Amino acid sequence: MSISARTSMPRTVAVHTALILYTLIALFPVFVILINSMKSRKAIFREPLALPGPDTFDLVGFQTVLTQGNFPLYFGNSMIVTVVSLALVLVFGAMAAFALSEYRFRGNFLMGLYLAIGIMIPIRLGTVAILKLMAAAHLTNTLTSLILVYTAQGLPLAIFILSEFMRTVSDDLKNAGRIDGLSEYWIFFTLVLPLVRPAMATVAVFTMIPIWNDLWFPLILAPSESTKTVTLGAQTFIGQYVTNWNAVLASLSLAILPVLVLYMIFSRQLIRGITSGAVK
Amino acid sequence: MGSLTLSNVTKSFGKTEVIKGVDLEVQDGEFCVFVGPSGCGKSTLLRMIAGLEDVTSGDVMIDGKRVNLLPPSKREIAMVFQSYALYPHLNVRDNMGLAMKRAGASKAEVTQAVTNSAQMLSLETLLDRRPAELSGGQRQRVAIGRAIVRRPKLFLFDEPLSNLDAALRVATRIEIARLHYELGATMVYVTHDQVEAMTLADRIVVLNAGKVAQVGRPMELYNDPANTFVAGFIGSPQMNFLKAGALGLQGETVGIRPEHLVIGDSGEIDGTISHVEHLGGETNVYVKTGPHGLLTVRLFGEHDFDIDAGVKISPDPARRFHFDAEGQRMR
Repeated sequence: MSISARTSMPRTVAVHTALILYTLIALFPVFVILINSMKSRKAIFREPLALPGPDTFDLVGFQTVLTQGNFPLYFGNSMIVTVVSLALVLVFGAMAAFALSEYRFRGNFLMGLYLAIGIMIPIRLGTVAILKLMAAAHLTNTLTSLILVYTAQGLPLAIFILSEFMRTVSDDLKNAGRIDGLSEYWIFFTLVLPLVRPAMATVAVFTMIPIWNDLWFPLILAPSESTKTVTLGAQTFIGQYVTNWNAVLASLSLAILPVLVLYMIFSRQLIRGITSGAVK
Repeated sequence: MGSLTLSNVTKSFGKTEVIKGVDLEVQDGEFCVFVGPSGCGKSTLLRMIAGLEDVTSGDVMIDGKRVNLLPPSKREIAMVFQSYALYPHLNVRDNMGLAMKRAGASKAEVTQAVTNSAQMLSLETLLDRRPAELSGGQRQRVAIGRAIVRRPKLFLFDEPLSNLDAALRVATRIEIARLHYELGATMVYVTHDQVEAMTLADRIVVLNAGKVAQVGRPMELYNDPANTFVAGFIGSPQMNFLKAGALGLQGETVGIRPEHLVIGDSGEIDGTISHVEHLGGETNVYVKTGPHGLLTVRLFGEHDFDIDAGVKISPDPARRFHFDAEGQRMR
C-alpha cells in the first residue's frame, strides 16, 4: 500500500489493526468449529484449540453426518426454504417499495409506517398464532409454512431499505419510460431494479442469513424427518445424555458452505453496484 | 402537427394550489416558452400537458382532442428532460427506437426513423454506444433524437440545457432552433433562463406563482410589459424601478430599462457611482441614489467612471413605464 497525501502511516496502521482484530474475533468461533470438526472425539476435549495433527486428524464426524443422518435431504430443505423465501422477499419487497415511493395514494404514509413496525416487533412473538394458523391451513410439516413465515419476516426490512433507495432513482427516467409507452412493470423491472441492485444485494444478505440459521420455526412448524432443515438436523446429534460432537461440528461446518457461496454471489453484486455508480 | 389548448387548468397537491387557472392557446408549429422563477409552476404545467401529473380541474386539449384522461404514451407527445433520462442499459439506437417498437412499428420502420433522426443530429457514429459512454452534450442530443424519432404532435422540453456548460448550451440552443425550423413542429419549452426564452420563442408565457403573468412575443414582453413582474423578469440587467412620487409623476412605480437612462452633468436624479462592470461591448454602471436605491445604467462601448463620484441621471421620457400600486401597467 502506498502512502499518499490523503493517508498517513499511523492512521492506516490504526485502522487496519482495528479491522484485523475485529476479523479475528468474528472468525474465531468459525475457525474453532472447522478445526474441531476434523479431530477425533478425544482430541476435541483434550485440546479444543489445537490444530488437527497426524494423531488427532479424524473425519469420523463427516462420515457420520453423510452416512447416518439424512443430511443431503436437510441441505436440500434448507436451500429450498432459503432461496424461495429470499426470492419472494426481494420480488415483493421491491414491488411494495416501488409502490410506496412512487405513487401518491391515500394511506401511503400509514402503510409505510405499518410495514416499518414489522422491523421492531419480532415475528416470534406471534409463534402460537402462526402455529394455529398453519395447523388450520394444514401446512404444518411442510416447507411452504416455513417459506411463508420467512417471507413475512423478511419483508419489513426489505421494504424499508428499498423504498429509501427507490426514492433516489431519477423521476425523469421513469417519466421518459411512461412517455415512451412502457408499462409500470417494464419500468420497474428494467429501469428501476438495475439501479437499486446494490440495495437489493444488501437486503438479500440481511434476509438470507437469519433464514438459513433459524432453528425456531423449523422446530415448531416443520420438525418431521422429511422437512428438517440443516440447523434442526444438527440437533439430532445433541442428546440429553450423549452428544456426538464430531457430528455436530461436522454438520455445522458443512452448513457454512452454501450460505457462504450465496453470500459471495451477492457481495460481488454489491461491490459491482457501488463501483459502477462511482465511475459513471 | 398539433395545437395545444389549456382552458382554466388548475393543479393542487393536497390543499396547496400550485397552478391557479391557466388559459393558453398554442398554435400549430409554434415555439412556445414557459418562463418564470423557480417554483412558479412551469414544470408542473408541462408535466400536466405530458400527462405525468393529473389535472385537478380544467381541460388540456391536443389537436382539439381532450386528453385529460389519456396516458402520456397515447398523447402523441415527446419529452426531453433536464437530466437526459436515457435508458442506461440500452445503446443509443435502442434508446431512440424503443418508443416506436412499443407502439408496434416494424423493424424496418424503426431503423429508418432512427437513421433519419440520427442524421439530423449527427449521431450516426454514436449509435452503438451506451449512455454512460457519452458526454453530457451528446446525451442531450440523443435525448432530443429520441423525441424526434416518434414524430410527435407536440415536443415538450423541460429545461433541457440546464445541465450543460455555457458553450454547449449556446450550441444546443441553436440546434434546437434549427430543428424547430426544419420540423415545423409545435414545441413547448420550459426554462428559467430568459436568454433561452428570448432567443428561441415565437411566444413567451411568463408564469408567476401558478398564474400567467403575461403572454406575448419576446419583443412585446420587452417593450410592453403588463406588470412589474414581467418588466423585472424580462431583460438583463433588470429594469430599474423608480418611485413615481419622488419624480413628480403619476402612478406608484416608474420602470425604466438600464439602457434608457443617461448619465451626465445634468439630470433629474442625483447619485454617486457605486460600482462599474466592464463587459467590453457594454459597461454597466451602478449608481446609488437617495429615493430610488441602486439604479443600473447600461452604456454601450467602454466608459470610465470614478467610484464615489457624483453624477446626475436622466430617464428617457418616451421609454418610461408607469405602474400602479398593484404593480399593473397604467396605459
